[in-house]
Order: sequence, then C-alpha cells, then structure tokens
Amino acid sequence: MTSGELFLETFFNPVIIVRYLPAILKGMVVTVEVAACVIVTGIALGLALAVIRSFRWRTVNFLLVVCVDMLRALPPLVIVLLVYFGLPNIGLTLPSFAVLWLVLSLVLGAFAEEVFWAGIVSVRKGQWEAGRCTGLTEFQTLRWIVLPQAIRLTVPPLTNRTIAITKNTALGTVIGVPEILNQATTAQSFSGSATPLMMGALAYLVLFVPVVIAGRYIEARFTWRRA
Amino acid sequence: MLDIRALRKTFGAAEVLKGIDLKVARQELVFIIGPSGSGKSTFLRCMNRLEEPSDGSIYVDGIDLLSPKTDINAMRRRIGMVFQSFNLYPHMSALGNVTLALRKVLGRGAAEADAIGLAALERVGLAEKARSYPSQLSGGQQQRVAIARAIALEPKVMLFDEPTSALDPELAGSVLAVMRDLKIAGMTMVVVSHEMRFARDAADRVVFMEAGEVVEQGPPEHLFGADAHPRVRAFLTEITR
Repeated sequence: MTSGELFLETFFNPVIIVRYLPAILKGMVVTVEVAACVIVTGIALGLALAVIRSFRWRTVNFLLVVCVDMLRALPPLVIVLLVYFGLPNIGLTLPSFAVLWLVLSLVLGAFAEEVFWAGIVSVRKGQWEAGRCTGLTEFQTLRWIVLPQAIRLTVPPLTNRTIAITKNTALGTVIGVPEILNQATTAQSFSGSATPLMMGALAYLVLFVPVVIAGRYIEARFTWRRA
Repeated sequence: MLDIRALRKTFGAAEVLKGIDLKVARQELVFIIGPSGSGKSTFLRCMNRLEEPSDGSIYVDGIDLLSPKTDINAMRRRIGMVFQSFNLYPHMSALGNVTLALRKVLGRGAAEADAIGLAALERVGLAEKARSYPSQLSGGQQQRVAIARAIALEPKVMLFDEPTSALDPELAGSVLAVMRDLKIAGMTMVVVSHEMRFARDAADRVVFMEAGEVVEQGPPEHLFGADAHPRVRAFLTEITR
C-alpha cells in the first residue's frame, strides 16, 4: 500500500463513510439545534444584561460585572463539567442537552453583554440629553434612540463572538450530547478508523463556513458611518 | 414664565453658579452672554434639569421644577432645548426626529404625528427635507430640524445653548432667521450665544454673566452702550477684536 493509499484508507474510507454517515447527519441536526438555541438565548441575555447595566444601579452592576467577568475568564469546558457533574449533587439533574444550552448561553450572554455595553457607552451623551429634553423617559430614550444606534455598532464584533462560542457546541461531546463530535468519536472508537473524525470535521465546515461568510456580509453591511 | 432664585450649582469643590436670580416674562427673549467658563451653559442646562441645581428654586409657568412631586418628563416636554451640537438622531429621518416624542410621549398616532411634524418642519423651512437623514443635511439644516423637534411639542419656553457656535457664519444666518421668526410668533426664549449682532437686534434683555454670577443685565442698548459695566465693555472689546 502506498502512502497515498494509506492516507485515503485512514481518512476517507468509503465503507466507513457509508456506514457512519447517518450518525454524523444526526449529529449535525443536534449541533444546529443547540447552536440555534444558544444564539437566541445568549444574545437575548446579553442585551437584557446590558440594558440592566445602563440603569447604573451600583450594587446590581457590581454583581453583574463580577459574574460576566467570571464567565468570560473560565474555559467553557470547565463550566460545562462543573454544571453537569456538580448540580446532581444538590439534587438538580439536567439533561446534557440542557446543560450545554444553559452554559453556552451564559457564556455568549456574558460576552454579548460586554459588546452591547460598549455600544451603548459609545453613543454620545448628547443623544441621551436630546431624548430626555423632549420628555422621553430614560427607558424610552434607551429603547428608541440609544439602542438602535448601539446595536448597529455592535453587529460586527457580536457576529465574530457568536461564531466563536457557537463552535463550542463540540464541548457537548464530553457530557454525551449526541452532536457531531460525539457521533464522530463514538464511530471512531467502534471502527478504529479516523474517517469518522474527518467526516465530523467536514460536517463542521458545512455548517460553519456559510455562517462565517454570512458574518462577513453582515459586518460589511452594518459598518456604521457616523453622521 | 421663568422665575429662578438664588440658583447654585457646585461640581465637587468648584462653585459654578453662585446664587443667580433671573425672571423671564412671557414672550420675552433673554440673551445670556459672558466669557467661556462663566457658567452660562450650566445655568441654561439647570432650567430643564439636565444639570441638577445644588440649591435655589426654579419655577416654570408657576410650577416648581425642582420639587420631587413634579413630573420632570412632562415639564421637559414644555421646555424646548436646542444644543450646540444639534444632537439629531442619526438613525431617523428629519420627520422621524421631529415626531418621536409626539408618538412615544404624547401617544399620537403616526398620521397625526406626521402632520404635526411636517407643520413644524414647514415653520423652519425644511418641509421638503422631511425624508432626509441628518447626515444628508447641512449643519444649518440640522439645527433647524432640531428646532422643529422642539417646537413640535408646543413648548412654553425655548432654551438655546450656543445654537450657532458649530456653524459657519453663512449657515448660522438661516438658524438665526428661524429664531427671529419664533420670537415674532411670541415664543419665550432664553439664548446663550456669542451672536452679538443678533442679541442687539432681537433680544429684549441681555444678561452678562461672569464667574458664576450675573454682573449686569438690561436692554441691549444699555449693555452694548458706553454706560455698561466696565467688565461688560472689556468682554465685548475682547470678542470683537
């Protein structure tokens, strides 16, 4: 067997591809499900936290910043393990899918909060003043004047961050969420072939390359030209 | 219309306003001049509580502006404010800028708000720019939209904080013309500005402030005349040099 044939046999074995394709496809569905849930709840959480922070209640903001900084500092894998293996000890057993969703939402929420907050802060003070001077309340000013401008500023960094964190769905493999990597490693250990791992990698590319391209398009579109 | 007594404002240890009294009658145009750092902008910004006064009292049309019982949002709606930097909302059209508070504060329907907004833009000569965004307008046009945004709410008094300082002289003229029209229509106005010629022509009273105090006030003929306080004359010589 030449080295070229050996390479193909290891990474692109057609028999194994056929045998494990259904499992990988199932894994793709699960990955998409987790990713979609995480994006929706993570960004919503980040926006909600940034709005709360903008009211500048001192104690609340202190706690908020501490939590956000911890979530940003900890490796997501550590949080996943801690929640999945820790919570049952206090009588709270969550399915692995829920743990992954919860943890990644918290992490994305923490990063998104920082991005939204940076956007809110970068809107000039005069915009707040103009709104308040026409009788709008603080919340109305935030809702109608500040946030629409802040969100435009935050779309590019937020897109990047969202892609980075959504890829962490692969961490689900350590707690048995049947997503792509989990299916691939299971197939790899049954078959003794690296081909399922290559299939897993290709599956990630199929899912995430379009997202990365979409992100680039969104970034270009939302680059905000200040008046 | 405005009755301000013993108004003080401190920032930390610095006393920016040292007990100012000012009464503004209905339909009066009061012009506040003075060197930079004299506290005139801070004074103006206290009149709608953009700055919180440290002490003293402000009554607007008989209502105690500083009372905790006063609905400050309701009051601010009746106190129009125009800024040096316009502060238009860049993500909304001119009409959107003018109608936002009509829709969200007064709860007017879209059609009614648009009608009021267009009438306000008409008054500043910009009805045909209703659909334009601030970035598509000149500085003078932006400031006139900002004035329309304030008058659409039918304020009892209008505050102008250096409305033409960010504008080239040829653009400032259009803004001053709009302000003159407002004055003729009977608006009560307090203007902080360096437009001395406008003060001379249009003001009913000129107030000279320095170091947080009112040094002298009176009709423009007096303040711009030879009998004015020496510090007023020194200031006017300085800026016209």
